[in-house]
Amino acid sequence: MHIFLAKRLLVAIPTLLLVSVFVFFLQKLLPGDPVLALAGEERDPATLEAIREQLGFNDPLIVQYLRWIGAALTGDLGTSLRTGQPVLELIGQKLPVTLQLATMALGIAFLFGVPAGIYAAVRKRRAGDYTANFIALTLLSVPNFWLGIMLILLVSVNLNWLPASGYVSPLENFALSMKTMIMPALVLATGLAATLLRHTRSSMMGVLKSDYIRTARAKGLAGRNVVLGHAFRNAVLPIITLTALLFGELLAGAVLTEQIFTIPGFGKLIVDAVFTRDYAVVQGVVLCTAAGFILLNIIADVLYVLLNPRLRAQL
Amino acid sequence: MTWKTLATTALAGCLFAFAGQAADLRIALQDDPDMLDPAQSRSFVGRIVYASLCDKLVDVNENVELVPMLATDWAFSDDGLKLVMNLRDGVTFHDGEVMNADAVVYTINRNINLKESRRKSELASIDSVEATGPLQVTFTLKKPDASLVAQLSDRAGMIVSPKAAEAAGANFGANPVCAGPFKFVERVAQDRIVLEKFADYWNADAIHLNKVTFLPIPDTTVRLANLRSGDVQLVDRIAATDAGIVQGDASLGYAEAVGLGSMGMYVNMGNGPNAEKPMGQHKALRQAFSAAIDREAINQVVFSGGALPGNQPWPPTSPWYNQDLPVEPRDIEKAKALVKEAGFDRVAVTLKHHNNPVVTQTMQMIQAMVAEAGFDLSLLSTEFATLLDNQSAGDYELTRSDWSGRPDPDGNVHTFYHSKGGLNDPKYNNPEVDRLLDEARASTDPVARKANYDEFAAIVTDELPIITIGHQKYLYGFTAKLEGFTAYPDAMIRLQGVKLND
Repeated sequence: MHIFLAKRLLVAIPTLLLVSVFVFFLQKLLPGDPVLALAGEERDPATLEAIREQLGFNDPLIVQYLRWIGAALTGDLGTSLRTGQPVLELIGQKLPVTLQLATMALGIAFLFGVPAGIYAAVRKRRAGDYTANFIALTLLSVPNFWLGIMLILLVSVNLNWLPASGYVSPLENFALSMKTMIMPALVLATGLAATLLRHTRSSMMGVLKSDYIRTARAKGLAGRNVVLGHAFRNAVLPIITLTALLFGELLAGAVLTEQIFTIPGFGKLIVDAVFTRDYAVVQGVVLCTAAGFILLNIIADVLYVLLNPRLRAQL
Repeated sequence: MTWKTLATTALAGCLFAFAGQAADLRIALQDDPDMLDPAQSRSFVGRIVYASLCDKLVDVNENVELVPMLATDWAFSDDGLKLVMNLRDGVTFHDGEVMNADAVVYTINRNINLKESRRKSELASIDSVEATGPLQVTFTLKKPDASLVAQLSDRAGMIVSPKAAEAAGANFGANPVCAGPFKFVERVAQDRIVLEKFADYWNADAIHLNKVTFLPIPDTTVRLANLRSGDVQLVDRIAATDAGIVQGDASLGYAEAVGLGSMGMYVNMGNGPNAEKPMGQHKALRQAFSAAIDREAINQVVFSGGALPGNQPWPPTSPWYNQDLPVEPRDIEKAKALVKEAGFDRVAVTLKHHNNPVVTQTMQMIQAMVAEAGFDLSLLSTEFATLLDNQSAGDYELTRSDWSGRPDPDGNVHTFYHSKGGLNDPKYNNPEVDRLLDEARASTDPVARKANYDEFAAIVTDELPIITIGHQKYLYGFTAKLEGFTAYPDAMIRLQGVKLND
């Protein structure tokens, strides 16, 4: 197990370096001068040149890259060109917000998607299956931004039940935090639940066809025990991989929902940074997202091993 | 601690919480400001926060006249090379330091000398500034500059605590210390900026709010939803199409002001090879293009009447507007004739614009209008940073661009139309215009300046390096419990005199 982990971590290092090269040079290809974007309405040539010099944009690209990656290795991701805040501090502020949103959304999605998927698999090609599939397709097809705005208008403006947007940390006020986050989490969860439902359904259907399930049923085990105790335990493995991937995607992919509900999260951080050409933030965030993605994949692999005895033997 | 003390504290806490609630104002902003250092900041929306945080030497009133703030009065010497300002007595900064001539000298020098300062061009006419009394400063100018006092009515004139600025250096924006009605409490980027009432504010009697929270909410629909649900009490810039909703809701108030800026289209006249295209070469084509536009129709359709048609750098409501050159109604026959006069049958033109819905809609209307006159207008929409880059590099034939406006007329024209202007992206070059603008800048006589600007407006509305479409109005929605709110042409939210009733 230790060797397995060590191997995975070693592979992560060149991957991250590659990502760093990629993000650094790719964004230099973006049209639009960051200095112009920074200068705003004060675009006189002297000011522009001063900003360029101050940010080291006059140096060769390779020098800029080495300077950045060198500092990054010591844990310094630079400061935001726009607000002057250290990038690491920004990430520290935004990451927990998105983690909370992603966890809540995935939790809700899991709560609905997985049981519904099991149900659909058991009721294959019957009314229950069709209903579950219909709901899943509908949820997948509804755009998040539309659903978000409709929910805000209904729940916040008309019914006045929940705050329309914004963010409160759970450490500051837990109840209020839940109140502000439940709508965005629900909106995000719709698509996720549908994806989980479809995957659980197909995974379960595969397992339910296997011999050992027939044996279990032949032994006279109750249907419930067969489905949850025997079939689901094997069907859950691909769902865990999927969940890890979905979680990784949510780190930067919740941006539309974050934008609508004005949640100061990770996705909003990177999108705003790209639009204002805030290079330091884009680089830092992408690097962190990549690291997070790799970490989640390693966790999924470890969980795999823990949950599947057959894999344990292969190590 | 006994139960009794606990109970008393809790009760007192509740009472304070309730008392505080009434006077806590939450304002939804269109964007998240950049750094909160008056010397370094660039964003428009940041200035709205400064209006509560940092007092300036001079303020601007509803009629765009310069009025005293930290300076009580000022006067130029006869040759226009010296500006003497007397300062208000008894003003303290948020850290308890005294605001005096030394603080003003320090701030102005910081704005000029700080490496990261973005105020250098605004203060470029200053040769030196010195304290000529405990409460008097004298600016010595390199050449006369009538716009200087107006520059000091914005970020360049926001006086900061020298002690705090010296200690923080370029990092001052993390914890700004000024002399405004509210002091800085905290900021969470993209989430909120919190200010609380400054008890020792020189004009404390005018402040009736305990706390102000600015919340950046970029989506206009969501901004309005927050207002209607009661989560915020004041919304910075509602969409023109939403004005009707706010006006029709008895629980909400509405205010608007015509802005100082303008919306226009730049024609590349000398910025690289693209200037060789027909529009840059033929005045008659530019005039035809302008004549084919129905400005009032755009105002009604795109802005639901929430803008002002225009044809000069300043709105028709401005005292600087040349009334002899009114906005002309659409004249398609004239436009067609002008296209023929230029020797064309149909003209292919490409225009680049920002990919936001309002701008896109405006441009699509113009596309249809000018088509009738003989223009085959292709529209290229791009995101803003790319547009800026293309525009300044001359990689365009026509672009659609906005200007937020400045109180002094010089700030709305010199940089765009002067051959050496920093924002003269069309690279328009007319020595006569240069002369008129330089003279108007150097003169402190409003009558003489007006004459120059009238002559200037006659030239540029004829040559059209920038085809003005109209002028933005700033529209605000707020709870009906908010009392005393006024919309200003400079779009700043001034909280002096504003009350929030229960």
